Amino acid sequence: MSIKLPLPTARLLKIAACSLALTVGVAAGAHAQTRGGTLRTIAQPEPPTLMLGLNQQTPTQYVAGKIYESLLTWSPDMKPQPSLARSWTISPDGKVYTFELQPNVKWHDGKPFSSDDVVFSIDKFLRTVHPRARVVIDQFVQSVKAQGPNKVVITLKEPFAPFLKSFVSDNMPMVPKHIYDGTDYAKNPANQTPVGTGPFMFKEWKKGAYIVLTRNPNYWQKGKPYLDEIVFNVIPDAASRAVAFERGDVQVVSAGDVDNVEIKRLRALPNVEYTTKGWEMFSKLAYIQMNQRRAPFNNVKVRQAIMEAINRKFVVNNIFFGLGKVATGPISSTTPFYDGNVPAYGYDIKKARALIKDSGVDPSATTIRILSYPYGATWDRLGEYTRQCLEQLGFKVEIESADAGTWAKRVSDFDFDLTFSFTSQYGDPALGVSRLYLARNQVKGSAFVNNQGYVNPGVDALWDKAAAATSDAERQQLYSNIQKTLVQEVANGYLFEMELPTLYSGKVHNLVQTAIGLNDTFADVYISK
Amino acid sequence: MEKALSILIARLGKALFVVLGVVIINFMLVRMAPGDPATVLAGESGSSDPAYVEELRKEFGLDQPLPVQLGRYLWGVAHLDLGYSYRERLPVLDLILDRLPATLLLMSCAFVFALVFGVLFGVIASRARYAGRRTWLDSVLMTGSLLIYATPQFWLALLAILFFSLHLGWLPPYGMEQVGGNLSGWVRVGDIAHHLVLPTVSLGCFFMAVYARLTRASMLEVLGMDFIKTARAKGVPLGETIRRHALRNALLPVVTFAGIQLGQMAGGAVLTETVFGWPGIGRLMFDALMQRDYQLLLGVFLVTSTMVVVFNLLTDLVYRLIDPRIGRA
Repeated sequence: MSIKLPLPTARLLKIAACSLALTVGVAAGAHAQTRGGTLRTIAQPEPPTLMLGLNQQTPTQYVAGKIYESLLTWSPDMKPQPSLARSWTISPDGKVYTFELQPNVKWHDGKPFSSDDVVFSIDKFLRTVHPRARVVIDQFVQSVKAQGPNKVVITLKEPFAPFLKSFVSDNMPMVPKHIYDGTDYAKNPANQTPVGTGPFMFKEWKKGAYIVLTRNPNYWQKGKPYLDEIVFNVIPDAASRAVAFERGDVQVVSAGDVDNVEIKRLRALPNVEYTTKGWEMFSKLAYIQMNQRRAPFNNVKVRQAIMEAINRKFVVNNIFFGLGKVATGPISSTTPFYDGNVPAYGYDIKKARALIKDSGVDPSATTIRILSYPYGATWDRLGEYTRQCLEQLGFKVEIESADAGTWAKRVSDFDFDLTFSFTSQYGDPALGVSRLYLARNQVKGSAFVNNQGYVNPGVDALWDKAAAATSDAERQQLYSNIQKTLVQEVANGYLFEMELPTLYSGKVHNLVQTAIGLNDTFADVYISK
Repeated sequence: MEKALSILIARLGKALFVVLGVVIINFMLVRMAPGDPATVLAGESGSSDPAYVEELRKEFGLDQPLPVQLGRYLWGVAHLDLGYSYRERLPVLDLILDRLPATLLLMSCAFVFALVFGVLFGVIASRARYAGRRTWLDSVLMTGSLLIYATPQFWLALLAILFFSLHLGWLPPYGMEQVGGNLSGWVRVGDIAHHLVLPTVSLGCFFMAVYARLTRASMLEVLGMDFIKTARAKGVPLGETIRRHALRNALLPVVTFAGIQLGQMAGGAVLTETVFGWPGIGRLMFDALMQRDYQLLLGVFLVTSTMVVVFNLLTDLVYRLIDPRIGRA
């Protein structure tokens, strides 16, 4: 639909827009933001639903992150930025969080957004259905109360330093109370036509083909968004996705859309931009999980020997096409409280053999089964390379293949010798890292907990102390100690910090601006003519 | 007429049993794969507590004993309720009906393409061989068929995309229609046809090669028979002999084979739909399998196996039409 204006008015508006654009352009020394245009991209794999409160798979976040918003968003250096909350304060004891909301925000159906929606979202909806947020809410939140239409006060049972970092769109999306309250959330028909407060509204979803979002004309940030529409194409085959980008049918491909082997070639195409930014909130770290309930991995010297036997630089450069950085420990260098001074493992096969000798384990009498990680050919290559490394130490090695369901089931049931994994760190060790090491997190039924069976009560106490500490200096000291111990005891075999590339047309601007990159709202994205 | 009707009823009865057997076997098979939808869904969320996974299992009815789950499923199927997709949060029947037309369109186009060109090439090759003139045509067509037969479908599809979409820019590489084009009427039909060319040819090529070789062999066998010699001796031109006498007889094995192979074509459609982003049920089946979306997977199996049974039934009927002797026997 387009609105026709009388000619003189239209001309005046154009002149006004041009002068405004010129002013902004000169002031910013950059392109003037251009209104209009359709951004064409890829949703891979096709999300099962666009209701971000119910599903947080990466493609769901990518599409629905334009529809739903949280109270805050995060800058690439992990500083909180206003979103639906325009300001916030934390009490000195770290237990009371007060959020002042943006005024005049409307849901996509025209109803006003208020503090009641925030209370409902956190205290009822997310507490019931969100697999990650509910853990934090149940454990730490004592009460969520509205004080007038634009103010919300959250009181915690005890201080939890990274609490603010929970407020990001995939973890705590705000959902409309008037649509969900009193209904079966999972089966609410509105899940098919999601209603949020974000800069883009749901328009059409042809399952198996495409999803279209359209501009929200009543967005609370006046004048934004710049784009008219965003089209997410569903193209199941990686080679076809690369062709679509090469032909210019889609303007953005993100990590995992195309095979790593294609990145270099696509990056060299004319007018293609490349970035690995926009993953700071997730800071994915890849590691080897060795089941410490079983021999020979119950022997710390064997685990140390394996770390010395694997050339992690080779893994990054040759298997993962240089898309990564060798990890020094359990915390990524882009996650707060990282300590780069932890003694690291090198690549020293002699030292590895000596460690095996010290361990008292006879490798020739030991068979290790590598459970392959079912996320593409590069992980299969990593499995094959690891097999060679372990064989160099004298072990007998078998590789077991699995699809995603089988892998999840076996790792959840602790039914594996050695496998690979990578997890997001969510901007704080207490949110994304401790869950992999706390002894109480050895619970069957989930693949992303302490599945390897690492037990160290001393470290557990440090994790708990660090999560509750309110001073950053104290937390840094505690996390430094934790990193040293985990690396020394090889709680997991830290491989590399993953670099996830985004390739996009040079005409697309402001694509990656925050710590959640492509999963953010795209309110500032524009396409130059 | 009465006899034909009773045969049809008997066939339908048998078909129902086959479908019931397929449903029960599939129900058991999908549950033998490790992992369940609750584990996969929870895993996708990055982390989750076991209580959450248990809640999901309860919600999906997976906490019930297997016979109870099977009984509930069969009861539902008898009432045309194929269940609820755990993952897509929609009724299975709606999801399948949404995707089925795309698959049927692709399969029927590929089938017609394969049959028309397969039979045509088979006839041309056999005619050349029979007449002893331009035998090189026979060699070229049959070697070509053999090559196509031996080439993996997905590879052929990727090459076609590279050449016709990327290099020449003639045909779209993915999708069923132009997104946001808001086309209607014949323009839309043309747009879909444009998108249909590459997937149809890619899916149909393999079957075309099979039919070409089969038609040629069958034609040469029939052309060697006495009644053909009689027709030729009476002065019937070769073209007419082939059209009126040889082809009709030679087509019988081709029709049987084509009917049986329609099931295989449904399998091939999974690959083709994946490579070309064609929004059909083949892709839906693959996703459902990966996500252990039991109900959706069973629904797709049920629909595809019913399709195969129906195709076989139709083959029987067509067979009788082509060769009236079979109905009389």
